[in-house]
Amino acid sequence: MKILVAAKRVPDPNATIKVRPDGTGIVTDNLKYVVNPFCEIAIEEALRIKEKQGGAEVILVSLGDQVSQEQLRTGLAMGADRAILVLAEGDTEPVIVARALAKLVEQEQPELVLMGKQSIDDDSNVVGQMLAEMLGWGQATFASEVKLADDKSSAVVTREVDGGLEDIEVQMPAIITADLRLNEPRYASLPGIMKARKKELKEVPLADLGIDTSAQVKTIKIAPPPEREAGKRVETVEELVNLLHTEAKVI
Amino acid sequence: MSNVLVFAEHINKAFSKNALVAVGAGREIAGKSGGECYVAVLGSGIEGLANEIAEHGAKTVFAVEHAALENYTADAHAQAIANLAEEKGCDIVVSAASSIGKDVMPRVAIRLGAAMASDITGYNDDGTIERPTYAGNAVATVSLETAKKVITVRATAFEPAAKDGTAAVEKTDAKIDEGALKMKFVAFNETKSDRPPLTEASVVVSGGRGLKSGENFTEVLEPLVDAMGAAMGASRAAVDAGFVPNDLQIGQTGKVVAPELYIAVGISGAIQHLAGMKDSKVIVAINKDEEAPIFQVSDYGLVADLFKAVPEMKEAVEKLK
Ligand SMILES: Cc1cc2nc3c(=O)[nH]c(=O)nc-3n(C[C@H](O)[C@H](O)[C@H](O)COP(=O)(O)OP(=O)(O)OC[C@H]3O[C@@H](n4cnc5c(N)ncnc54)[C@H](O)[C@@H]3O)c2cc1C
Repeated sequence: MKILVAAKRVPDPNATIKVRPDGTGIVTDNLKYVVNPFCEIAIEEALRIKEKQGGAEVILVSLGDQVSQEQLRTGLAMGADRAILVLAEGDTEPVIVARALAKLVEQEQPELVLMGKQSIDDDSNVVGQMLAEMLGWGQATFASEVKLADDKSSAVVTREVDGGLEDIEVQMPAIITADLRLNEPRYASLPGIMKARKKELKEVPLADLGIDTSAQVKTIKIAPPPEREAGKRVETVEELVNLLHTEAKVI
Repeated sequence: MSNVLVFAEHINKAFSKNALVAVGAGREIAGKSGGECYVAVLGSGIEGLANEIAEHGAKTVFAVEHAALENYTADAHAQAIANLAEEKGCDIVVSAASSIGKDVMPRVAIRLGAAMASDITGYNDDGTIERPTYAGNAVATVSLETAKKVITVRATAFEPAAKDGTAAVEKTDAKIDEGALKMKFVAFNETKSDRPPLTEASVVVSGGRGLKSGENFTEVLEPLVDAMGAAMGASRAAVDAGFVPNDLQIGQTGKVVAPELYIAVGISGAIQHLAGMKDSKVIVAINKDEEAPIFQVSDYGLVADLFKAVPEMKEAVEKLK
């Protein structure tokens, strides 16, 4: 079985994000980057499927500039078999990422594509669904449990949805996007890191994929959000409830 | 001039606030783009529902029927919505950024060859769009450069459509290529609760890791929640620890709420949590750590041990009534 996993380089979720005064983006000096946490969960799930089945090929894909190699090496160190880096400058909008992935799916013919439900920089939550529609595949987004059928012709996936949990059955090949509680990703071991250095990491310029890369969404500016002022400290519960009643008038 | 088609979702044949907000946003966007607002209700046996939403002032509500739409699945719904938009000449398709809207609308965008903006918080007069990124640390202004556009709206950023007009209701059969369907609904395990839904409540009381156990949620926090007639929310740490079910999670990757009053109990105020509640009208924090970042966004901050403060607050609230 071949599993393709998408992994994106994003700023560390614990980093403080500041908007550049000229409105062209965020301040990236000294910013630490990591594998998007949801992508990391997708990698982990692929590895678990591989281990459970006693074999599978796990191929990582990232789209970004040269430095995204770091995140692919992290995934290889976790245990993925090889990686493909689609080289593109700057931010690439979701639909182009989906087109690039669709092209790679055509070339690699995986039976399953795992990805994160959203990347924590752009917060769009659309690429997996777009890819599924482009391929004419089924999808299971926001997955918190994946059960592959023995013959691998389908999967029953539990999804985290408004109001509870939903189970759906999706025919394979399929796109599954990971939610937070699907698993806890492992750390790369030292031998894993050593091995990762020797694993294949192929680079493909985006332009070589032969897809339409013209922009559909134009970013005009990036601004800081409206500030919220800190209010007052209260000393007692009594004071708090009184103020909520008489001043804020919310109870 | 662009006409708007709103996909009004329902769960088990009941609309939530999401559907009304989507219609409200659709009407606003249609107004700004000089077109009409149409609404689509999908399912099987949904004429009653269509009549219900028709009271909220669109031009026409399409009751789109098909056996394959009986239960929600993304592939069938995407086909039906995209085909209807094309047939009715609607260039802009809108839904709420709910778990259903997020799931289906990117597929609709691909089918229509439309550019998409998700989870938007504003639609400007010139057609540009505001959407938060980086967990709400930045707001992007974008423009969609294609003739057709697909948009999901953040429910806290738009007003629900008022009950101020009667739309015509038109029954129509969905066009769906059933051979292409790859997904099947199996089961929905609803989190049962007598409390108001989290995204609709005017008061939300949320607990974090500071509560220390699921038992404490039940015994310490819930009495306050109920005394206030509030909905209960939680931080990711509380959900991950198994104290409460996942659909109570508020934040960047959970639900976004903006009630009149939000009370954060034993929550530190990580940026990912703030992303889901900082547009609340009044924010209260109860935390024993006076340095906790939650205090920086709170209108009223109480530095105290929650195990003492929360029961006291319940008593005080009850005395008010
Ligand atoms: C990709 C990603 C996505 C995320 N998405 C979300 C999200 O959607 N929502 C979310 O909430 N988080 C999210 N997080 C997690 C977030 O970063 C924080 O880890 C989380 O919000 C912390 O939860 P907490 O405040 O309950 O716990 P903590 O940070 O541990 O805070 C507990 C607080 O309780 C206080 N406390 C302890 N005991 C008491 C007491 N007896 N009385 C009073 N106060 C007490 C402490 O002082 C402390 O401030 C995400 C993280 C990542 C990496």
